[in-house]
Amino acid sequence: MPVDYPIAEKRPDLVETPSGLRFEEITLEAVLEGRVAMQDLRVTAAALCAQAGIAEAAGRLQLAENLLRAAELVSVPEDRILAVYNALRPGRATREHLLALADELESRYAAGRCAQLIREAAER
Amino acid sequence: MTSKRFEARAGRAVNRDSFIREWPDTGLVLFNSPHDPKPGIRLSAGRIVELDGKPEREFDILDRFIARRAINPAVAGEAMAMDPLVIARRLADFETPRGEVVRLVSGLSPARIMQVVDALNVVEMMMALQKMRARRTPSNQAHVTNRKENPALIAADAAEAVERGFAELETTVGVARYAPLSAMALLIGSQTGRGAALTQCAVEEALGLRLALLGLTTYAETLSVYGTEKAFRDGDDSPWSKAFLASAYASRGIKVRFTSGTGSEALMGHAEGKSMLYLETRCLMAIKGAGSQGVQNGSISCIALPESLPGGVRGVLAENLVAAMLDLEVASGNDAMASHSEIRKSAKLMLQFLPGTDFIFSGYSSMPREDNLFGGGNFDTEDLDDYNVLQRDMQVDGGVRPVREPEVLAVRRRAAEAVRAVFDELGLPPVSEAEIEAAVAARSSADMPDRDVIADLGAADRFLSEGRGGIDVIRALARRGYTDIARKILDVQKLRISGDFLQTSAVVLPGPRVLSAVNDPNDYRGPGTGYHLGAERKAEIDDIPQALDPQTIGVTGGEPFLVEAGEAKPGEDANEIVIAVGPAFGGALGATLLGLPHRAVLDALAAGIQCEGMQARLVRVCGTSDCGMIGFTGSSLSGSGIAIGIQSKGTTVIHRRGLEPLNNLELFPQAPNLTLESYRAIGRNAASYARGRPVSPVPLQIDNMARLKYIVRTTILHLRETEQVIAGKPPQELRYAG
Repeated sequence: MPVDYPIAEKRPDLVETPSGLRFEEITLEAVLEGRVAMQDLRVTAAALCAQAGIAEAAGRLQLAENLLRAAELVSVPEDRILAVYNALRPGRATREHLLALADELESRYAAGRCAQLIREAAER
Repeated sequence: MTSKRFEARAGRAVNRDSFIREWPDTGLVLFNSPHDPKPGIRLSAGRIVELDGKPEREFDILDRFIARRAINPAVAGEAMAMDPLVIARRLADFETPRGEVVRLVSGLSPARIMQVVDALNVVEMMMALQKMRARRTPSNQAHVTNRKENPALIAADAAEAVERGFAELETTVGVARYAPLSAMALLIGSQTGRGAALTQCAVEEALGLRLALLGLTTYAETLSVYGTEKAFRDGDDSPWSKAFLASAYASRGIKVRFTSGTGSEALMGHAEGKSMLYLETRCLMAIKGAGSQGVQNGSISCIALPESLPGGVRGVLAENLVAAMLDLEVASGNDAMASHSEIRKSAKLMLQFLPGTDFIFSGYSSMPREDNLFGGGNFDTEDLDDYNVLQRDMQVDGGVRPVREPEVLAVRRRAAEAVRAVFDELGLPPVSEAEIEAAVAARSSADMPDRDVIADLGAADRFLSEGRGGIDVIRALARRGYTDIARKILDVQKLRISGDFLQTSAVVLPGPRVLSAVNDPNDYRGPGTGYHLGAERKAEIDDIPQALDPQTIGVTGGEPFLVEAGEAKPGEDANEIVIAVGPAFGGALGATLLGLPHRAVLDALAAGIQCEGMQARLVRVCGTSDCGMIGFTGSSLSGSGIAIGIQSKGTTVIHRRGLEPLNNLELFPQAPNLTLESYRAIGRNAASYARGRPVSPVPLQIDNMARLKYIVRTTILHLRETEQVIAGKPPQELRYAG
């Protein structure tokens, strides 16, 4: 078993919230005083990359790949995510439109793995 | 001519199920349709260029996705060259570790995987599943819904489900706009009491994602996959859209499980003549390729379709197994109605229950099935005592714990009250005192007062549009004094930050503590390995509330009404019938199995004896508790040579001097069948034997269930009587005390 799993239990020092709070700073008191918002209760790209490493070490290559794609999407806003998802559904988007979305993800969010997934969907 | 027995069977529940013969051309076959492809993988420069007989240029979307993302080309050459029977044996044989099987399967094509599992019978499949399940500790998921979408009832049911040990709770809605309120009620209930569970609300993808982002849910399992391109399109998705969605959920720290199952393609008219298992294997490989940690399968909502066909139940077990072979978490169905027959349902359940899966049910109906908005409820709240007994019988961990009514009532009340407080605090339509009271005690939503649906839906819309969510719920709870629930919700939401529950087969246990295939990997390697019930869990499973303390059974507490008056000598009065009682009769024990007081039994026997003009004489046999020996001893003391021997539990014999101990005139071995009227008749018969008159049969109740009902009491009463035996002590004359 990787020594760092579960991270929240074994290595809380490794994770911090998107706004830079440390794991142990997220307390009920902090929530009540307004120092913690919903955005703070999100996974970070760093944590997802660490989880991808754990999955890979367990031999779960596809899960690791998914978690790395997820790490890329952390900074992508929800409306863009839903736009890409909808474009990938059957008959929604032309090949060109999909390729443009792939370029957008790659250039604006450095989401190369997601871009590759979209390009793969656009083949043929 | 017709048979009345056929007629009786025709009325049985199983005959309300539908059964059909196979029709492979439409996909109505479990394994091996003539249209299934021949297994094969051709590689070129490390790339799969032919899959199951189809060249790359003819690939459909599933072939393309599977070839690219689900099969490990580095293993394909080795694994595809192996005899499928050899791989099948490694599956069922516990000498081969799970990891080695997972490695080999990662190089197989869909058609070959189907061939491998088809080589196993159901027992071998169960052995394989026991080894191949990803997480060592099995667990369970509950459905929590109600027809009136009443939030107090959802919260109360959620709290009870967690109290009962369910690790995941899933709700859904009849009216989609109710979703935020139902998800919130589920969340609050799930963290009341012992906590902690993951929760989800099954709705359309965009709304589902939104609820999760708002912190109202923590996992999703609505990502459906189909085994043919046409069915996939009808489901309005592609493997790439699903893969992207899986990443989107993970990017927000939300656990995702896909959904698939045999029969869906045939039901949609798009099976292309392929067998259900071949298509389901393609689904599962697409799911693996998408990077999902797991799947709920086992036919799910289509279950009655495979079950109408030969081998349907075996096929459904096979699909659970294939998922586990692909190293996916399996939530193994058993949710939708599968049969009218309790026998058939239970038998099918054993295939997942005995080997254990990551979630034995992908929705055990925690409320009565008429409230199950998934169309589920194959097993529901009223079957829970049966389920607990099955765990205890088999010493199997089915992921559920027995509970007591007072603790359940307490958590139900607290959950309902917490929902009322949050609704009030957040300006949502009020939850009334009547709703709280009803939610605590309700059997179903029929017991709940109606809510103002228009007001609820308006409030739900506003809640969503204002972007309120988990944090607002936590604050509201804390402000109203429900600090413990607030803290538990926060603690589970906090786990999102680390992403720990994104790993395969993750559950969140009280603590909260994440348990997954990473820190609790299934290491089954045969007897003495893998999951076993720890002492604490065993005690929990064993301790069903119905179980009595055997030490309390048959304890009378009454004063003995018979006193010994010296050693009994052989009688000389030809008019006497000896009633010989066992060592505990009227002393340590006070009543028979049926609960007849010993005093009343003696009175009935004596009255019967007197009817024939004879007299009863009471004697205690001290040296044995055996009924035959009691009667035998009594007859040796009887002036008439006839005795009635009776044990404390009520078993009776009529004996005549000179007969062998185990030979006798009449034996009444089934004490529960003996009433006071029977004892009177026994007395009369005994006297008639003494007088040489003809005897008529003693009336007995016939109850085939008597042994079943009374064997425990029989054993304990007999034990108590045997404890009173004093070896070598001669029989004693008895008289009534006082």
